[in-house]
Amino acid sequence: MNWFSAITVFLTAFLAVFWEAAFNGIRHWIGAQIDLLPAIMVYVALSGSIGMMATFAVLGGLWFDSLSANPLGVTVLPLFFIGLAIYINRDLILRDQTFAQFVLGLAASSLAPVMTLLFLLTTGHEPLFGWGTIWQLIVMTLGGAIATPIFFEFFNFVNRVLGPRTYSETSFRPDREIRRGR
Amino acid sequence: MLKRSHYIALGLVMLLTLTIMNLPSRTKARVKQGIASLFAPPFGLTRSARETASKAGDYVLPRSELIKQNEALRVENEHLKLQLQEAEKTDKENAQLHKLLGLQQRTQLKLRLANVVLREPANWWRTIKIDLGTRDGLSNNLPVLTIDGYLAGRIASVSLTSSQVVLLGDPNCKVHARVEETGDTGVVGASGPLDSEFVEMNYLSKTATLKPGQNIKTSGDGGIFPRDIPIGKIVDTHSVEYGLATVARVKLGANLNALEQVWVRFK
Repeated sequence: MNWFSAITVFLTAFLAVFWEAAFNGIRHWIGAQIDLLPAIMVYVALSGSIGMMATFAVLGGLWFDSLSANPLGVTVLPLFFIGLAIYINRDLILRDQTFAQFVLGLAASSLAPVMTLLFLLTTGHEPLFGWGTIWQLIVMTLGGAIATPIFFEFFNFVNRVLGPRTYSETSFRPDREIRRGR
Repeated sequence: MLKRSHYIALGLVMLLTLTIMNLPSRTKARVKQGIASLFAPPFGLTRSARETASKAGDYVLPRSELIKQNEALRVENEHLKLQLQEAEKTDKENAQLHKLLGLQQRTQLKLRLANVVLREPANWWRTIKIDLGTRDGLSNNLPVLTIDGYLAGRIASVSLTSSQVVLLGDPNCKVHARVEETGDTGVVGASGPLDSEFVEMNYLSKTATLKPGQNIKTSGDGGIFPRDIPIGKIVDTHSVEYGLATVARVKLGANLNALEQVWVRFK
């Protein structure tokens, strides 16, 4: 991943966190807000380096917690663990397949809130928790799963249109040219 | 298999997270506010976009409609002026009677209007952010009311320009309340994750005579919320703890999903 892609990813994550706090249409409609950070983490873990993945988990988590009543830092570890699990197995994943992206988004978006809730409960906090949480988890899981292929398409499109073009070498080599003499 | 670089990244992230989570609460709050201030530019952009859209709507309104509205407002203004004059007279009379009877003067309500700028992104808390902060005189635990005067919550944390309000129904917003008709007291606590319209009033006496429709107001005990701020109405009740206590389900007067502006009430 080049610097341009990295900036695009971080900017998108920043705006995603802002969108989650500023626009509540989905929450009014179906009773839960969708978390987009796990979906972006899937892309970062499959396309970036381990350093970038760790930086994304830290920045994304801190941005999210700063606008939330979450204790600062509680979202960082779930994001990082999800990213690490995907990063370790990324050679085995067909990252260009939409179905694979959907399944990874499904898994990441379901595990991230569950892990965050577990962290909150084990650190003595009292989040809103009940039967309604199951519905919220379903909404977050499905929303994140649908968002993941969309993010892949978006980042690939941005890279294709605005990113530096890859230089394609031809098979012609001047040192192998046969010069015909008279 | 984990490689050395993976272990290093894991160690660094865990160390950083544990350090942040174990910072002194004041430092942690400052760091949190500092990071949250990064979102000021997109927020400002959204607000100005909304204002522009609203102004554009005003330009589209026909002149005849504006004249009609202006006339209606002028009539309303005259009525309100008369009412104000009457109220001022009554107020003076009231103050004189208080003086004669030696009663303590009731302090005037001090309210400040605030705009709701952000809502909680996580589904397991119920908070909002408003655009008033310490520079506007706000401090922790001030009561927050809806435009209609119903209790919405309390200030949980304050920065220079904004504050976080923890709303009714959140586990961190418990209110000592009383039933207006019977005087029974209890604690309004958390609600379900999806029920933002209802909260539970716990610790009510088993002998309490509660009926649907009775009004719930703040009791004034507990040191945070002043007395007699309306909260909502009882919907139904049920016994808990083998009949030793009663829990009432209360429909909130405030529509917490549609808060655009709120009052902050100063003590």
